[in-house]
Amino acid sequence: MKEKNFDVEVNHVTRVEGHGNIYVNVRNGTLERCEWNISEAPRFFEAMVVGRNWNELHHITSRICGICSIGHTLASLRATEAAMGITISDQDLKLRKIALHAENMQSHLLHVGFLVLPDLMGVGSVIPLASSNPEEVKTVLRLHRLANEMSDMVCGRTTHPQRLIPGGFSKIPSMKELRGLRERLQASVPDLQAVAKLLKSLAPKIPDFVRETEFIALTSPNEYALYDGKIGSTDSDAAPAREYLSFSNEYIVPHSTAKRAKHKRESYMVGALARLNINYDKLSPLAKKIAEIFDLKPVCHNPFMNNIAQLVEVVHSVEDSIKLINELEAAGLKSQPDYNLPEIKVKAGQGVGAVEVPRGILFHDYTYNEKGVCTKANCVIPTNQNHGNIELDLKALVPKIMNKTPKEIELTLEMLVRAYDPCISCSTHAVEVHFV
Amino acid sequence: MKPKVAFFDFAGCEGDQLQVANLEEELLDLLGQVEVVSFREVMKEHSDNYDIAFIEGSCTRLHDEARLKQIRKNAKIVVAIGSCATIGGINSLKNYQDLDDVRRTVYGDKAKLFDTYAARPIDAVIPVDAYVHGCPINREEFLHVVKSLLLGKRPDIPNYPVCVECKKNENVCAFERGQFCVGPVTRAGCNSCCVNEGTICWGCRGLVDNPNENSQKEVLIKYGLTVDDAINKFKLYFGWQERKR
Repeated sequence: MKEKNFDVEVNHVTRVEGHGNIYVNVRNGTLERCEWNISEAPRFFEAMVVGRNWNELHHITSRICGICSIGHTLASLRATEAAMGITISDQDLKLRKIALHAENMQSHLLHVGFLVLPDLMGVGSVIPLASSNPEEVKTVLRLHRLANEMSDMVCGRTTHPQRLIPGGFSKIPSMKELRGLRERLQASVPDLQAVAKLLKSLAPKIPDFVRETEFIALTSPNEYALYDGKIGSTDSDAAPAREYLSFSNEYIVPHSTAKRAKHKRESYMVGALARLNINYDKLSPLAKKIAEIFDLKPVCHNPFMNNIAQLVEVVHSVEDSIKLINELEAAGLKSQPDYNLPEIKVKAGQGVGAVEVPRGILFHDYTYNEKGVCTKANCVIPTNQNHGNIELDLKALVPKIMNKTPKEIELTLEMLVRAYDPCISCSTHAVEVHFV
Repeated sequence: MKPKVAFFDFAGCEGDQLQVANLEEELLDLLGQVEVVSFREVMKEHSDNYDIAFIEGSCTRLHDEARLKQIRKNAKIVVAIGSCATIGGINSLKNYQDLDDVRRTVYGDKAKLFDTYAARPIDAVIPVDAYVHGCPINREEFLHVVKSLLLGKRPDIPNYPVCVECKKNENVCAFERGQFCVGPVTRAGCNSCCVNEGTICWGCRGLVDNPNENSQKEVLIKYGLTVDDAINKFKLYFGWQERKR
């Protein structure tokens, strides 16, 4: 090992959202440099929204990310609503929760089914799998389509939703549509089980790597927290969302256009694995069963298992959406006027919205003047919170895999980055590996 | 020989490439007609040998121009997809502010590490052959443009305002509901989707070729908007186009 010299340079890691690079230099068996570097063009949303009206902020900040646009819209609405003391009806709350489930399902299925599966099956993309494993690919496509149609039905469309507005919805689905959705969700269970079975057969390919870290996610006594809750941590007590700055502590490193975060340790992790680690008891019954198949229980410190946690969450989202539709039906879905525009009393104030989006906890924080014009904004993005943890994982992982071939080392490092499902557009955007 | 296609992204949310992935089964059909040689978001393989380049996102840094010029050199046909690429999109909101202030607002005393210039559409840097407008793009329209290009035809993109489609859809006009909308000057082709969903047209497809901006602003003011608010409505998506005119 002493004479081991190698460099890894992966520019623009593929099958992730955005541009990031991995740089590794090993000399005489010693890791001299290991960087996770984001080269995405910065976009300056926090400056762009200053001077804009309260009823436009959700439309603008949705554009931070195409994949989690529903999550950004909801965090934005929650911040505006908190700033102006706006409350929404129980019915709208349930519909927003279904919207968030739809996005989690859509994003997780895209990641696990199209971006991670090729690694486990030894190919470069899902394209060759379409001919070698047509049944498996079609199963994932069916589930993905269901998630997309669910977003269309509740939000208007899957990306940059139109119906989600301050105070509620401009338009809502009918009970008939929701019943149809429920039927399809119920019918999707065999497909979910098929995907679980496929991943279980490939589970030996998931690297067995453990590095202890802190996990942060929303938590609630009532449910598996996604739309609402306090900020929870595996290292500290929970705190209200408005105290987010004392958790995120963002800082800037010169080699990256994305900010980073730390709390009790050098870094922390957010996302599906963090949520599962903190809120495991609140998972729906079938979701728990799927977690058990993979022996996934809290606290799991293997970041590669984030992929499995995502699958578990898809199952939870299906079951919880069925439950929410049942509740809407029992309460009787109330109709609302066409082109609904909830009456809002505009006032000055500051508000924080915290929502769990596919890649982890997301904060939007806005200050408005008395005319409802935004004077200050801050967005803390999940992927930014993960960048520091990714780099520390890479540093811990490289020495353990030095005896592999350069190609295997590169693939394993890329798989690690991919496991975090980084969304680099979000965090400016982010991923490339450079073995230098 | 199937035509080779490649996807590239600059400053944007990648929501347009996501719409391509969201074609699902139709994407599998499309893959029978073309060979995808580069699509970083979904595949590891990459090649610089391609016929059609699809570009998402705006150019926001001087040093990204070289990459765009290289893509132009490699490709026979360049297609801009999504508002950021076709008109500058939401990114051009920052063009109205002092760019040094913008960097300081987001990155504080580390601002000088982060290079930026006025956000601009792709055709401000290289010639573009076809456009798929919208934020995000519409999947059907994307397929229409791709099919047209494969057949050697010019895609049929409307040059009339969103109002035409909105009227056909029998929507109640936003102005009659006491709201404000830029549909009268915005290029149609979206089937007035945002108004159909109960809201307003924000202008994501950009201005029609000969918009009557001044009379549109007068209408906004007549219905009760202040001059500043009327101008603000135009800044959201039309920033680069207005600057050019």
